[in-house]
Parts: sequence; structure tokens; C-alpha cells
Amino acid sequence: MNGSGPAELDALRLSLEVAARSVGFSLPLAVLVAWILTRARFPGRILFDAFVHLPLVLPPVAVGYVLLILFGARGPIGGWLRSHFGIELAFTTAGAALATAVMTFPLMVRAIRLSLENVDRGLEEAARTLGAAAVDRFVSITLPLMLPGILAGAVTAFAAGLGEFGAVITFASNVPGVTRTLPLALYTAMQSPTGDALALRLAVLSLALGLLGLLAAELLVRRVRRLLGR
Amino acid sequence: MLQVSVVRKRPGFCLEATFAAPTPGIIALFGRSGSGKTTLVNIISGLLAPDAGEVRLGDQVLTDSGAGIAVAVERRRIGYVFQDARLFPHLNVAGNLRYGERRARAARQVIGFDEVVTLLGLAQLLRRRCRELSGGERQRVALGRALLAQPRLLLLDEPLASIDAARREEVLPYLEALRDQLAIPMVYVSHQFDEVLRLATHVVLLEAGRVLAQGPVNEVSLRPELQRVVGPDLVGAVLEGVVVRLDPDSGSADLAVGTGTLQVSLRDVPLGSRVRLQLLARDVILATQPVQGLSVRNALASTVTAISNDDYGAVLVRLDVGGETVLARITQNALRALNLRPGDAVWTLVKAVSTRGHAFRLAAGP
Repeated sequence: MNGSGPAELDALRLSLEVAARSVGFSLPLAVLVAWILTRARFPGRILFDAFVHLPLVLPPVAVGYVLLILFGARGPIGGWLRSHFGIELAFTTAGAALATAVMTFPLMVRAIRLSLENVDRGLEEAARTLGAAAVDRFVSITLPLMLPGILAGAVTAFAAGLGEFGAVITFASNVPGVTRTLPLALYTAMQSPTGDALALRLAVLSLALGLLGLLAAELLVRRVRRLLGR
Repeated sequence: MLQVSVVRKRPGFCLEATFAAPTPGIIALFGRSGSGKTTLVNIISGLLAPDAGEVRLGDQVLTDSGAGIAVAVERRRIGYVFQDARLFPHLNVAGNLRYGERRARAARQVIGFDEVVTLLGLAQLLRRRCRELSGGERQRVALGRALLAQPRLLLLDEPLASIDAARREEVLPYLEALRDQLAIPMVYVSHQFDEVLRLATHVVLLEAGRVLAQGPVNEVSLRPELQRVVGPDLVGAVLEGVVVRLDPDSGSADLAVGTGTLQVSLRDVPLGSRVRLQLLARDVILATQPVQGLSVRNALASTVTAISNDDYGAVLVRLDVGGETVLARITQNALRALNLRPGDAVWTLVKAVSTRGHAFRLAAGP
């Protein structure tokens, strides 16, 4: 990546920041939702399941638009956040992270849910007979055994989050240094008559980053599985 | 005292069991697979709820459907050693052992970490990962983990079932040590009468979700219901005696049983120890006159007390031998030839090698 200029570096830094914040924000929620979908039995569970997976099938632009309506400065949630906490989401880096989080959420939930389904309930029963109450059991047994899935979910969501485009540009716009992540920078470069070289460099950067992310995920999961004795 | 009286009905299986057994001691739940043994221990542990009924341990009510009482599993302090050990794969052996210990802090400590490690021979295993353990080692770790949670009752659900017959000796002596050295009552699920004979103080005989018989092992061994579970070949009286003479050269010992003595082949037991053994009914020979020139070591004067047909075409003769009851299984032809009737005096012949004995000593209560 010789000759990368400030535009690439900015976009790379921003992409990493947005992806990291999005994962940090959605991971605890994804664990909770995965737990609800796997363990809880309540009416409307199928509907809830479908709702969680909606971003997978919706056009990303539509997701961004819905976010804009809800979290925009005058939206019901966005307005409340601004007046109570002074938090601005639309057209900010945090907003880009939120849009990315919503888009990658189903991926994360799927990976975590899969690992939770593989946790042997018998081990939780054993912990129970040893005096561990519900929260204790979850923290000391269920969570460690889900760790490969949680890591896989986080890394996959991170890698996918680096490249989130439609929802980000719709909700957070394309502000250089604020919301112009790698794919947005790439798109912008492609629109510019002199941007071919920059676009190519950004594309190669994205590819390298994506590959690195997937490899890291695989290695991490293998390592944790070994530690867990599987 | 452990008192259980529960009903649990599910399509295809109905459990309706009532028993009471003294504690401490090992209470065996004995029956074929599908007789409801595991369901019953799960109800005692609280992992399953009965449709109706009560479970009491000592003066504490654990479950009482009438009064709406159901103590949570994690607060029952009932240890459970599962058939498949269920060790936590993300923790090593020491981590598994400490798991229960940490959560038992509030409870009065009955047994400490070092004591458990010594008692179960776990010192070499502490840093090992669970998947590296043999089946017998796994069960010992599971046993130690349950003990360190300071249980008031320990449930063992066929802990030897997933271990090769040859490797059961990796676990059985440790179970005997627990029984003899700790005052923790245990419920031991098994479908092998050998294990019951070797370990249990009290047996609850289960069939199709119902209790067929219950009581001390020697009493239940004489019950006709036992034959329905173990089949005709493994029926036989269980006797308890004290070693009064040892002959290490020939590997034989004399046991004081009732008012007489019985010569048996037995090694590695100290003089004066209490031994329990079973005389299989099919191995016992009856004679109406004193016999000579036979290799049989024991010819015991006895009286026929009852004769009954077993359900397999043969006859079970019940004998009083010096105040103890012994069963003999003979054919109809033999019965006719000897013309036996209740009250007749006969000689009961027992080969010293056809008895199986185990040293048996029970810890005193706390």
C-alpha cells in the first residue's frame, strides 16, 4: 500500500473506527437477542426472529431511511436523545456506526445463536446442582462455552462493517473525515474523473482488509476452541 | 432419613414411587433401564418436578406439591454425579473441583479440597484438561466436584455405566471409601446387582415406575420380586458376617454368620472386618444325609422353611441356617427325589469359591 495518501488513511481509520464502534455497541445486545431466540418461548417469537433478520433482506438504503426517520434530529428517538443527552446521530461517525451495527446485527446474532444451540444444557444443569443460580450459570458456563461463536460473530460483523455502504450513506451521509468510510471513499473516487488510481488503491485496501478479517476470525475461533477442549 | 413419595405421569411412562430410607448410607435405586430410576433421582435433585408428592431429607422439606414448596435446585445442596460426568470442558480438573467449592462458601464445610484430592486420588490430575481423562478418572473428578459443594445428599446416576467393565475398579474402591469414611448419604442408581451388593446399605427395587420392594440389602435379596428384575440366575441370599479366621496361604477365610461359620475364598480383608456376600441360589446344594468325599467346604445343618415355584420351571427352597435365611434353587425332579417339605432338616452345601464377598464397613453418623 505504498503511496497511500491522506484520503485513504482517513477512510481506513474511519472504517476501522465505525466497524469497531458498531461491534462494541451491538455485541451485548446480540448475545441477549440470541439467548432470547434460542431459550425463551413466548408468543410472537417467530415475528421477533423475522424482525431481527430483516436487515439481511431489506435494501440497505431502506434501512438507512428508516433510521433517518427514527434517529434523525427530529425523529422520535433521535430528538429524545438530542434533548436529553445531547447525542447527535444523523450525519455523524456515531450515526455511521449505528447504521453499520443494524446492518451487521443479523450476522452476529446468527453466529452467536449457533454456538448457544451447541451448548450442552446438561452442563448448565450440573452447574445448577453445584449451587450456581441463573446469572452465575450464564456467566460461568454458558458464556465461556459460547465464546467461539461470539468471537466469530464479532469478527465477521467487524469485517462486514468495514464495507457497509447503503445504510451509512443514507443515514450518515458522505462527510469526509466524519462518515466517509472506505466504501464511501471508493464510491466518491469513482465519481471523480481523476479518481481512478485512488479508487483502485481503495479497492485493493478493502480486499486486503476483508481477507485479513476473515483469516483472523478463523484463527481466533480455532484457538478458542482448542482452549475450550474441543 | 430420605422420604420420597411422588407421582409423575407422562405419555408412555408413569412414575408412582414411595420409599423411605435411613441416612447416612447408600440407598440403591435398583431396576432395569426404563424403570424410572433416573426420573426419580432427577425429582430428588429438583431438576424435574413431580406432578404431585413430597421429597424430604431429614427434617427439611425439599418438595411438597400440596404446600406449594419446591426448593430451587441450586439451593438444595444435593450433589449429582451424572452418568456422563458432565465436566466443564473450559475448565481443567482443578477448575472443575473448585467450581462447587466456591459456591458452597456459606455452607458448613464437611470436606476440604485436599481431603477430596487424597480420597479420590486426584493429585496427579489437577492440571489436566478434562478431555484427556479416562472414563474412570472423569467420574472421580465429577465425584470430587460434587463433594466439594458440601452436599447433604449425593446422587449417583449409574456412574459406572459409561466405563468399561475392566476399568470400573478405577472408581468402585473410591465409592467404598466415601461410604466408609464420610457420613454423606448417597442415592446410587444401578441396574447391576453386583454394584448394589458391593455398595448399598438399603435397596429400593423399581419396576415400570413403581417400587416393588425396599429394605436392607439382605432382606430384599430374599424377596421374590427381585427375581423379576435380575432373572433366576442371580437370585441368592445376601449374608453379612465377620472374618474370624484368615488363611492367607489358601486364600480362604472363616466368617461368623448367624450362629455358625462359613468358609469362603476371600483375600485382602483384615481379621474382624465385616463382609457381605451373596450365595447364589443356583450354587447351593441340598442333601438329606451327611455327605463324604466331596470337595464342598461347607455342609451346614439347616431347616427347610418354605418351598415355592419360581417362574422359570424350577423350585426355590428357603432354608434357615443358624438363624440366617439362605435360598437354594433346585429342579422339580430334585425336589421329588428328596421329598422335601417345610420343617425338614437338610444339609446345605456351599462351595467356598462360589461366594462373592466384599468388605463392608459403614461410617457412623455425624
